[in-house]
Amino acid sequence: MRIAAAALAAVAYLVVVPALLADKPYLLGVLTTASALSLISMGVWLTFMIGRINIGQGAFALVGGYTTAILTTKAGLSFWLALPLSGLAAAAAAALIGWSILRLRGVYFAMITLSLTETMRLLALNAKALTGGATGIVSIPTPGAASLFGLVVVPDFASVNQHLAFYYLSAALLLLGVAIVWRIANSRMGWLFRSLQQNEELAASIGVNVAKFRVIAFAVCSFLGGLGGAFFTASQQSIYPSSFGVPDSIYFMLYCFLGGLAYVFGPVVGTFILFISFELLHGLREYQMLIYSLVIIALMLWLPNGLLSLRPPARLAGRPEPAAAKRRRGAGQEA
Amino acid sequence: MEQVVINGLILGMNYALIALGLTLIFALMGVLNFAHGQLYVLGGFVTYYLYGVMGLPFVLALVATAVTLAAVGIVMERALFRRVLRISSREESSMLLAAGTALLLESSILIVFGEKQRGVPPVMTGVYEVFGAYVPAGRAFVFAASALLVAGFILFMQYTRPGRALRALAQDREAALLQGVNVKRYAMIGFAIGSALAGLSGALLVTVFAVNSGLGTPISIKAFIMIMIGGAGVVSGAIFGAFVLGFVEAFGYFFIPGSITYLLIFIGLIVFLSLRPQGIMGKPWG
Repeated sequence: MRIAAAALAAVAYLVVVPALLADKPYLLGVLTTASALSLISMGVWLTFMIGRINIGQGAFALVGGYTTAILTTKAGLSFWLALPLSGLAAAAAAALIGWSILRLRGVYFAMITLSLTETMRLLALNAKALTGGATGIVSIPTPGAASLFGLVVVPDFASVNQHLAFYYLSAALLLLGVAIVWRIANSRMGWLFRSLQQNEELAASIGVNVAKFRVIAFAVCSFLGGLGGAFFTASQQSIYPSSFGVPDSIYFMLYCFLGGLAYVFGPVVGTFILFISFELLHGLREYQMLIYSLVIIALMLWLPNGLLSLRPPARLAGRPEPAAAKRRRGAGQEA
Repeated sequence: MEQVVINGLILGMNYALIALGLTLIFALMGVLNFAHGQLYVLGGFVTYYLYGVMGLPFVLALVATAVTLAAVGIVMERALFRRVLRISSREESSMLLAAGTALLLESSILIVFGEKQRGVPPVMTGVYEVFGAYVPAGRAFVFAASALLVAGFILFMQYTRPGRALRALAQDREAALLQGVNVKRYAMIGFAIGSALAGLSGALLVTVFAVNSGLGTPISIKAFIMIMIGGAGVVSGAIFGAFVLGFVEAFGYFFIPGSITYLLIFIGLIVFLSLRPQGIMGKPWG
């Protein structure tokens, strides 16, 4: 039943939607952006899992974006090599910075990651030799063809319907991100992450290497952020210090929260529903932001556990089972 | 050089007013009020309207701003934070609600007051000379008013009955409840005072720097830096952090060009917090 539903959703997402919207670039663009934003939010969800409020994802999206921009324009590297390298660069930066700042918790971590987003913007603004300063890096080439053993896997983006090509790229990246986070959330490491969220001292006292696991979570989070940043750099063919700022970091966090922190699909649902509803409110002009913020506040007042909590618990896909329930069930089977 | 020191002192006193409101709300409710900068901006705009446009006496405009902002704070607490703090299962939700409130305030300010940069003429004109440094009278006035307000706030918290109740609430909510403190009422009062302080700092600084609707987030970030330096939820820490930031900014803008000052402040902050996570005067984990 669940597999059938998932297969249906995948077919709709990968076949039906692009077929229907192939000649409607605006709508396709909205969905493309929502997919890529979901990918970035997936990462933030992972840091919520270790009990940290991460408002620094914009910084790592910026690192990923600039890595792609510099590698493709100055080093002449193919986008398909620059993309994974951007993720890795963001992850490496996160591991380096995270080692020290992950000692902070609660509001302190939230405030320092917020500052980190601002730091990265100022760094991009001032490191003119590398980033071009305020004028940014523009006219970045679209992704070219990628071939494996002489076989063309991905066609040159310039030779096909670009909107469709970017839609599929963002969809592929999102599926990769969901797969990574799903795998982690349902593995032993996922449970260790949750133990950090509940009580770090207790986790440490039973032998969990707390410092290692929180850095891993932060690095994976930033890896996804870096990939997302690289995607936006390629699809917009430009990057500026202000491409990802504090408001973006706050939105990534809100998307996760409003989708539901207890569900792997929370950030995806939150991003799609909120981002698309923001676009739908476009006609309201100056009232767009006002209505949107009222929607966000109303969701927090009446759905404090996220949009996905609307569904009956038994049918939730990928919902982490409470540890106590699992223990009880295990005991029942033995009896 | 004297000029830089004087500038730092004036800036620090203004910042203290901003940081105090934020740290008060944090100490009372455990809420990191993301909307603090927006409250500052709202205060600036209300004063612009009453003093700059309608021509009310400045002191009257100041009082009216404080009352308006206190009312906004009360509405925020009663309508939003009280419910979310009660029903939510995760501690993050109050902070995210504050972020949502910041969006709401910012878009409301944009609709009501427009996107133009607004400023008012200084309350006093002329220039004083202090230790060989020049201080415009307008800034001296802002310094004196801020100092009075900070001193008044400390005396209020230290020696009055509501002040003691607020401190009790900040120290231990349950114990305060058991001693007969009306916790709900004082949480509301605390929110009102915190918002009024943010509004007052906006009202005073609009006479020196102009305000615009987008200024909220940068001001919030500055307030966060101050309470990270001093320690969240501690009054003395907020004042200390404010003066540190004021002096660093004054020296930075004098010796280093442009936005590199803030880049260095942030990098310094990250290094400092990895050595001392709770700030200079804070309790571990706030």
